[in-house]
Amino acid sequence: MIQLTINGEVRQLPHPINIEQLIDQNNLQGKRIAIERNGEIVPRSQYAEQYLADGDHLEVVVAVGGG
Amino acid sequence: MDNFVIAGKAYSSRLLVGTGKYKDFTQTRAAIEASGAEIVTVAIRRTNIGQNADAPNLLDSVPPSKYTLLPNTAGCYTVDDAVRTLHLARELLDGHKLVKLEVLGDPRTLFPNMVETLKAAETLVKEGFDVMVYTSDDPIAAKQLEEIGCVAIMPLASLIGSGMGILNPWNLQIIIENAKVPVLVDAGVGTASDAAIALELGCDGVLMNTAIAAAKNPVLMASAMRKAVEAGREAYLAGRMARKIYIASPSSPVEGVIASTNTLQH
Repeated sequence: MIQLTINGEVRQLPHPINIEQLIDQNNLQGKRIAIERNGEIVPRSQYAEQYLADGDHLEVVVAVGGG
Repeated sequence: MDNFVIAGKAYSSRLLVGTGKYKDFTQTRAAIEASGAEIVTVAIRRTNIGQNADAPNLLDSVPPSKYTLLPNTAGCYTVDDAVRTLHLARELLDGHKLVKLEVLGDPRTLFPNMVETLKAAETLVKEGFDVMVYTSDDPIAAKQLEEIGCVAIMPLASLIGSGMGILNPWNLQIIIENAKVPVLVDAGVGTASDAAIALELGCDGVLMNTAIAAAKNPVLMASAMRKAVEAGREAYLAGRMARKIYIASPSSPVEGVIASTNTLQH
């Protein structure tokens, strides 16, 4: 069991997954998003390589209307 | 051609618009089209995880292939938040470098925190971003931001979203005279005449959102703003006549006026 904070919400996962799997599980595949993990950008090319670890803080963002 | 150059790229429109506060993306797109804007701001925000998987995406309505997107740091109060937000924007927009930096100091007035703004600008310029920076209308801060390497200086005309117009044209004029990079009014424009005045003062452009989005008819206001910016720029280039306080000068000939009826009666 690992615990993550994604966009400020605490979540528990039964076993470690990589970022690509996280995207799939949350129906974000093909969406225009960007991800920061513990303050560092995760390049799209590394989604399959980076496995999430206990205590990770993720920010998953999109472009929205703004001035 | 009177081109407007930002970070080495020429644009034909001097009107930059935001994408916030519209009813829906259809209206956003219609307003942007009517404005003629080529540079369009967007904000970066957390997505709803696991919800609304089919929710429309702003970038489908405002495609990066058609517009130069200008991701902003709206809502950021520290250097760290602003820099992280723009790192995310760069990743989101495939290495995009042109950004709008704003580091706020107070949630009620949304005045910029200039100390943090200067620090964030320094970091971002070093990292290779092309920084268009929101600033107070302080000529010294504006000059410092230019010296750091910002590609455009964007003083407020009045508070963000206030629609109060240009409150200190004299400061803006000093900033414009001192600057070697484009100066754009960012924030405070309320209606078309405000935009025209900004350009008449010699501003290189105007960035606005609420003035269009909060109009009763946003698409019509977007069209009005396009014309106001064009008119203001042409008036600036044409060079206005000198002001003559207390000395009237008729446009029609003084000679040959017909006799007044008062004279006939006597």
